[in-house]
Amino acid sequence: MRDSTLRTKSHNVNWFRYSSPVSFYPLASALAPWFAVPAALLAFAGLYIGFVLAPTDAQQGEAYRIIFVHVPAAWMSLLIYLAMAFWSALALGFNTRLSAMMAQALAPTGALMTFVALWTGALWGRPTWGTYWAWDARMTSELILLFLYLGVIALRQAIDDPRRADRACALLTLVGAINVPIIYFSVQWWNTLHQGASVSVTSAPRMATLMLSGMLVMALAAWCYSIAVALVRVRSIILERENNATESPQLRGMATRVAQ
Amino acid sequence: MTDFLHMGGYGFYVWSAYGGAVLAVVAEIVAVKRRLRAARDATRGIDRSGVT
Repeated sequence: MRDSTLRTKSHNVNWFRYSSPVSFYPLASALAPWFAVPAALLAFAGLYIGFVLAPTDAQQGEAYRIIFVHVPAAWMSLLIYLAMAFWSALALGFNTRLSAMMAQALAPTGALMTFVALWTGALWGRPTWGTYWAWDARMTSELILLFLYLGVIALRQAIDDPRRADRACALLTLVGAINVPIIYFSVQWWNTLHQGASVSVTSAPRMATLMLSGMLVMALAAWCYSIAVALVRVRSIILERENNATESPQLRGMATRVAQ
Repeated sequence: MTDFLHMGGYGFYVWSAYGGAVLAVVAEIVAVKRRLRAARDATRGIDRSGVT
């Protein structure tokens, strides 16, 4: 009886162990290459499909090839925000340090994806609609998303106590989450210059298979890239925080060990 | 090759879009690696401020 209990225990991985930053650090180091390498391979494959295999668009000519980076970046800008909101909710609800660090690690990559979506969108809009920018609902709300990411980053830098910064940033992130459905549904709710979705979960995509597959492969690459970068960044954050003299000297000792 | 760069007259837009995206990604990768190195150095008590 006692034996079987012990055996069960030893076969179970204690996942809660990884909610501690110092235990998560080596896991993050081990996981990062498993996302970084696929990210590079998928990006290569996606660009090959997008630039070599996919045909020229009948209406937009070659300019449409911008969508292979624009759409995945725009999707990712929303998904990263949702992930950030999820970790922020955990951080606020359970007062867990690692969740707040994960949210912190995602913000710069989210800002980058939003910037790329806006940048490529402008360069696509000029030849297609005749303008780089319009204050329509989709573009304006995506610009607000960029300001939300930058706002969360700036707010953290403005607060010295990391635990207070965690709570303030989590709150701002959760309030700002209202912007995500606004961006997503903006093309339906308002009469926007930006076109409606060509790909949706509920209906068949309105585009050629090769175009669609190029876009989806690039979207997977964006997922892997974002995860890899966030894992590397969260390691820096763990070390930076453990190095902070105001936090526990015992954790500092552990951090020194894992950084070797 | 010239045709490819020309992109049916849209070369400027297509390559500016991808150029900006690649630049942003490369900058982030460099920044993230530097930050980790700095954090590890600080943890080990290494000061590289004199070294470039």
